[in-house]
Amino acid sequence: MAVASGAGLNGSEAGVGARQSGLGGGGAGLGGGEVGVGGEVGVAGVGFAAIPALFERMSGDEKHEWAAASTLHVLWVLYDRVLNVSPERVDDPDRDRFLLSKGHGPMAYYAVLAAKGYLDPSTLDTWTQWDSPLGQHPDRVLVPGVEISSGSLGHGLPIAVGMAVGLRLQGRDAARVVVLVGDAELDEGSNHEAIALAGRLGLSNLTVVVVDNESGTHGWPGGVATRFAVEGWASSTVDGSDQEALYSAFVGVDSSRPSVVVARVVKGA
Amino acid sequence: MSAVSAVGSVGSVGTAGVVSMRQAFVDTVEEVMENDPRVAVVLAEISRDVFRPSPRVVNVGIREQAMVGVGSGLALSGMRPVVHTYAPFLVERPFEQIKLDFGHQDVGGVFVSIGGSYDDPVWGRTHQAPGDVALFDTLPGWRIVVPGHGGEVEGVVREALAGDDRVYIRLSLRENSRAYPVSRKLTEVRRGSGGVVLAVGPMLEPVLAATEGVDVTVLYATSVRPFDEGGLRAAVAASRADVLLVEPYLAGTSAHVVAEALADVPHRLRALGVRRESELRAYGTAEDHDSAHDLDVLGIAAAVRRLFGHPV
Repeated sequence: MAVASGAGLNGSEAGVGARQSGLGGGGAGLGGGEVGVGGEVGVAGVGFAAIPALFERMSGDEKHEWAAASTLHVLWVLYDRVLNVSPERVDDPDRDRFLLSKGHGPMAYYAVLAAKGYLDPSTLDTWTQWDSPLGQHPDRVLVPGVEISSGSLGHGLPIAVGMAVGLRLQGRDAARVVVLVGDAELDEGSNHEAIALAGRLGLSNLTVVVVDNESGTHGWPGGVATRFAVEGWASSTVDGSDQEALYSAFVGVDSSRPSVVVARVVKGA
Repeated sequence: MSAVSAVGSVGSVGTAGVVSMRQAFVDTVEEVMENDPRVAVVLAEISRDVFRPSPRVVNVGIREQAMVGVGSGLALSGMRPVVHTYAPFLVERPFEQIKLDFGHQDVGGVFVSIGGSYDDPVWGRTHQAPGDVALFDTLPGWRIVVPGHGGEVEGVVREALAGDDRVYIRLSLRENSRAYPVSRKLTEVRRGSGGVVLAVGPMLEPVLAATEGVDVTVLYATSVRPFDEGGLRAAVAASRADVLLVEPYLAGTSAHVVAEALADVPHRLRALGVRRESELRAYGTAEDHDSAHDLDVLGIAAAVRRLFGHPV
């Protein structure tokens, strides 16, 4: 899969190093002792309640930024209840793929990855520092479980279409591709190339979740969902902070065509 | 759309009268696909009628950003994508997708362009891409191959499909009259004592004509990145440290790798290629453009006389 380049090799080493240093770091500052033990047991027993403390390790104070993270509930529901993934199966060709296309503001993503055992929580303490695998935009080469490196908008959805095609061509029909984009990110024309294409190819293994906080300057008259629906996608629009509604939307998608879940969140979040 | 259709129907026979580079590419890919389920092709209308229909040949329509993104997704899912269209639409329009969806994701793929710098100049600037190799050269980890004849294409394509790396293969209607053995190294075609002329791909034949009777070494390159620094150093050591670089794309594209190869050798370098200083607003034939850029035999011969002091 990966090109055997120097950068890739360095990346792997950095990732390993971060894990090792994390194991020695213990669980300082955490409410739940299980999280601090590290990757191996991170999945067991760590619930949504651990998220604020994980956030605090990155934000460095108690500003409750976690509560304002627009993507948090979506990410949690996906990793906790929807995606067929685990830290032990990051290279399993039949795993589901989650692509964070809106890579900006990745604290919620890192917090969820730490809660689910992909990252040792102590890795969060030094995020964005020189030798940290965690930047302000995620890098798949540096972070185990991160499927794409993102940051520049409008790349994740076309890549997700290619992944969905590739999985279908290889007969990996159980694997699902879920890509998260922002409503403002949809300004990028590359998304519209991909939306039309996925509709025409009938990629039923593809789900887009649009975190819609109406941050696009020029907006989407008629709503975001209609842009997908007109291209043949199944669509649903739910409250992006309602975890039950999100779960129902993700598991209840029309299995005959690509689907979009528009997760509406409070503007400014 | 008319331009797209016309370009898409460019004939399958190259100037050399044998199978064109594009047809050789298509034939090879289709043959390899029969035995290698990893290989899949992504197109954006161009060449759609040249490939036989297959689930593994995906025509995304006129959507070049999606074409590259889809190629990346195929690679990330474990396949070996071939991404192909006309050079400006393959390289220039979706350049950020090439940088991020392949390089930054650290996945491999085989990019194959047709059209060269100005294969069919009646279409004007929109269908010319003399900067393609220079653009790829700004990105780490790309192997760049510039065949000079249709007969050189099969081996290049087979090797690329069998690998995992990032490869750009630049095909053209401009060809030498015969194929040369393809190597990742520089191939010595002629040996002389007065200096070294390095000809890339289709430039070999005009270079051979322009250096007829001149006492210089002529090297032939199809693999231009990574650059065979050792081969150039050896050729210079056996001749003189005066180098004339003749490339079929933007002038000076490889000047920096030559300078790097000869960093500790006092040398002179002259680089011929498609001129940088202004956009050439002219149609006509590819030969007209060769002449305008001094890439025809007369222009190259003049540069040879100036650099190597040939007394003619």
